[in-house]
Amino acid sequence: MDFFASVRVALRALRKNKLRSLLTVLGVVIGVCAVITLVNMGSGAQISIEEAISGLGTNLLIIFPGSVTKGGIRTGYGTVTTLTDDDAQAILKECPAVQMVTPVVNSAAQVVFQNQNWGTSIFGTDPDYQRIKNWALERGEFFTLQDVKAATKVCVLGRTVAEKLFGGQNPVGQVIRIKRIPFRVTGVLEPKGQTAFGQDQDDTIIVPYTTVQKRLMGVTYLTMLMASAVSLDLVTDAQEQIRTLLRHRHQIKEGQDDDFTVRNLADLTAVFSTITRILTLLLGSIASISLIVGGIGIMNIMLVSVTERTREIGIRMSVGAKSRDILLQFLFEAVLLSLMGGVMGIVLGIGLTTSIGYFTGWPTPVSFNAILIAFIFASGVGIFFGLYPARKASRMNPIDALRYE
Amino acid sequence: MTSFISADQLHKTYYLTDDLQVHALRGISLEIGQGDFVAIMGPSGSGKSTFMNLLGCLDVPTSGRLCLEGVELSSRSQDELAEIRNRKIGFVFQNFNLLARTSSLENVELPMFYSRVPSSKRHTRAVEALQRVGLKEKIHNLPNQLSGGEQQRVAIARALVNNPAIILADEPTGNLDTETGGEIMQILKSLNEEFTITIILVTHESHIAGYAKRQVVFRDGRIISDR
Repeated sequence: MDFFASVRVALRALRKNKLRSLLTVLGVVIGVCAVITLVNMGSGAQISIEEAISGLGTNLLIIFPGSVTKGGIRTGYGTVTTLTDDDAQAILKECPAVQMVTPVVNSAAQVVFQNQNWGTSIFGTDPDYQRIKNWALERGEFFTLQDVKAATKVCVLGRTVAEKLFGGQNPVGQVIRIKRIPFRVTGVLEPKGQTAFGQDQDDTIIVPYTTVQKRLMGVTYLTMLMASAVSLDLVTDAQEQIRTLLRHRHQIKEGQDDDFTVRNLADLTAVFSTITRILTLLLGSIASISLIVGGIGIMNIMLVSVTERTREIGIRMSVGAKSRDILLQFLFEAVLLSLMGGVMGIVLGIGLTTSIGYFTGWPTPVSFNAILIAFIFASGVGIFFGLYPARKASRMNPIDALRYE
Repeated sequence: MTSFISADQLHKTYYLTDDLQVHALRGISLEIGQGDFVAIMGPSGSGKSTFMNLLGCLDVPTSGRLCLEGVELSSRSQDELAEIRNRKIGFVFQNFNLLARTSSLENVELPMFYSRVPSSKRHTRAVEALQRVGLKEKIHNLPNQLSGGEQQRVAIARALVNNPAIILADEPTGNLDTETGGEIMQILKSLNEEFTITIILVTHESHIAGYAKRQVVFRDGRIISDR
C-alpha cells in the first residue's frame, strides 16, 4: 500500500466518525496547548526577571567597606570607613577587567524648595554613574567631572523628587536647599520606576560625591564603590582583581578577613535564571502529563475502533492485506489523530500565549523550540499509543475476523 | 494433465480446549484441474467450509499436503499466504463482505491496493471488472444503496479484478432469492467458460450445484461422492 493511499484510507476512517475523532483529539489538543502556553509563559517570566535585574546593570560590581572584627565583635557592612577615593583610582588603574569605577557617598536629608520640602536620599557620585546605570536625562544635563573636582553645589533630581518639590514647574536652573546649603539643579533624570524589590529608584538626588563629602557630611571616606566590568564574562575576573588589590592596599594579612565586600549582580541574575528555568521545566512537565492522558485517550479509541472494524480487517486480509499493511493502516490513523491534535494545539497555544501577553502585558515570546517539542511529542504519543491497538489488529486471524459479527 | 490443485490426505483438527478436539477434516484427497468448476456439497459440519478456508489460504492444515499449481501451501508464512490470496485467489462470500460506507469502485480497487497497482491503472481495471458484472452505472454507489444481487456482483468484480486463477465462492447465493441467485451463477459460469478461471463453489442447494461441472459431497470430514 503506498503512502498517500494509506493517508487517504486513514483520513476516511477518521471522517466516518467525526465527533469521535474530534473528542479523541481534544486530549492531545489540550496537552499540546498547555505545554506551549506554560513553556512560553515560563520563558516570559525569565525575560521579565532578567530585564529587571539587568536594569540594575548586570556587569556591575558593588564594593562595600566593612565587616571588620575588633575585639571579637564583627560589625555590619558600611560601619567602617576604610574605602577611599584613592582606592577607586587604584582600582581603575590596576585592574584590567574593570572599565569604570564610581565612588558613592550616601546620605539622607530633608530638601527644601520655597515652601515645599521632601525627605530623600542624597546620592553622591560622579558622572560615570550615569553611564554605569545607563540612565538618561529627561531635561537639563548631568553635572561634569569639573563639578566633582571643584565640589560644586549642583544636583540632579530623580523624577519623584522633582514632582514633590516642583509639581509641574521646570526645576532646571532653580536652587534648592539641602541641609540649608543651596544647590543648583542641572537636570532631571528619566523615570526608572521601582526596582524588582519595590524600591523607588526615582526618589533620589544625585550630587557630586566630593560635594557630599566636603559640604554635607564633612568626611573623606566613601559609602561604596560601583565598578563595571569590561564585559559580562569578565565580572568574576574583575571581582578577583579588585579583591586582591584592596587586600594589598588595606594591608590585610594572609588568613585575615577582608574589610570590604565585593558583590556581583551576575550571581543574582544567574540565581533567578535558574529558578525560572526550573519553573518552566516544572510547568512543562506538568503539561506533558495531560499530553500523555491525551495519548491514552487515543489508545482507548483505537482499541474500540479495532474491535468495531474486525470484519473490515478480515475482508482486507482475505483480499491480500499482509499484517504489516493492517498495522500501518491503524498506526497511520493514530498518528494522524495526534498530529491533527498537535496542529490544533499549537494554533490554540500560540493564540492563548499571545492573548495572555496582550491582556497582562507580560512578555510572552512564542518559542519555536516549545512548538517543535510539542509537535514531536504529539506524534510520538500517536506512535506509542497507536502501536498496541495496531498490532492487535494486524495479528487477527482472518477466518475469525471474517466471521465476527 | 498435471493437477492444478491437489489435496492429499488433508486433516484439520481444532483444539477447542485441552481435552476437546474437533476433527473437521479426516483425510481429504482431491485433484482439481485448471478451468474446472466444482461444487462442494454436504450438510453443515461436514467440513466443506474448513476445506474452503484451506484452499483459500486463510488457514493451514494440521497434516497432509495441499498444492496450488504445484506449490506446497502447508508450510507457508502468513505473509506468503496473503500474497497468494492477493494474486491467485478471489473470494465470494455468502454475506458479500463488502467494506461498509465505501463505494463499489473502491471496494473493487481494494485487492489492487495490496498488490501495489498504480492508482490510474487501479481505476480503469476496477471499472472494467464492474462493467464485466454489469454494474457500470453504479460504481459510485455505497453497499447500502445496492440490492443483495448487486452487492454480490460487486463482490465478484472484486474477486475478479486481480485476474485470479481460482474463485472460491462460499454459498454465494445463500442470501439471495432464486432468480438473483441464478443470475449470479450465470456470471460465475461465464467467467469459468470465458477466462477458464477455476471455480470452487460451496452450496447445499442441488440446483445451484447443477451449474458446476463436477459435484463433490462431504460428510463428517470425508468425501463420500465425487461426480
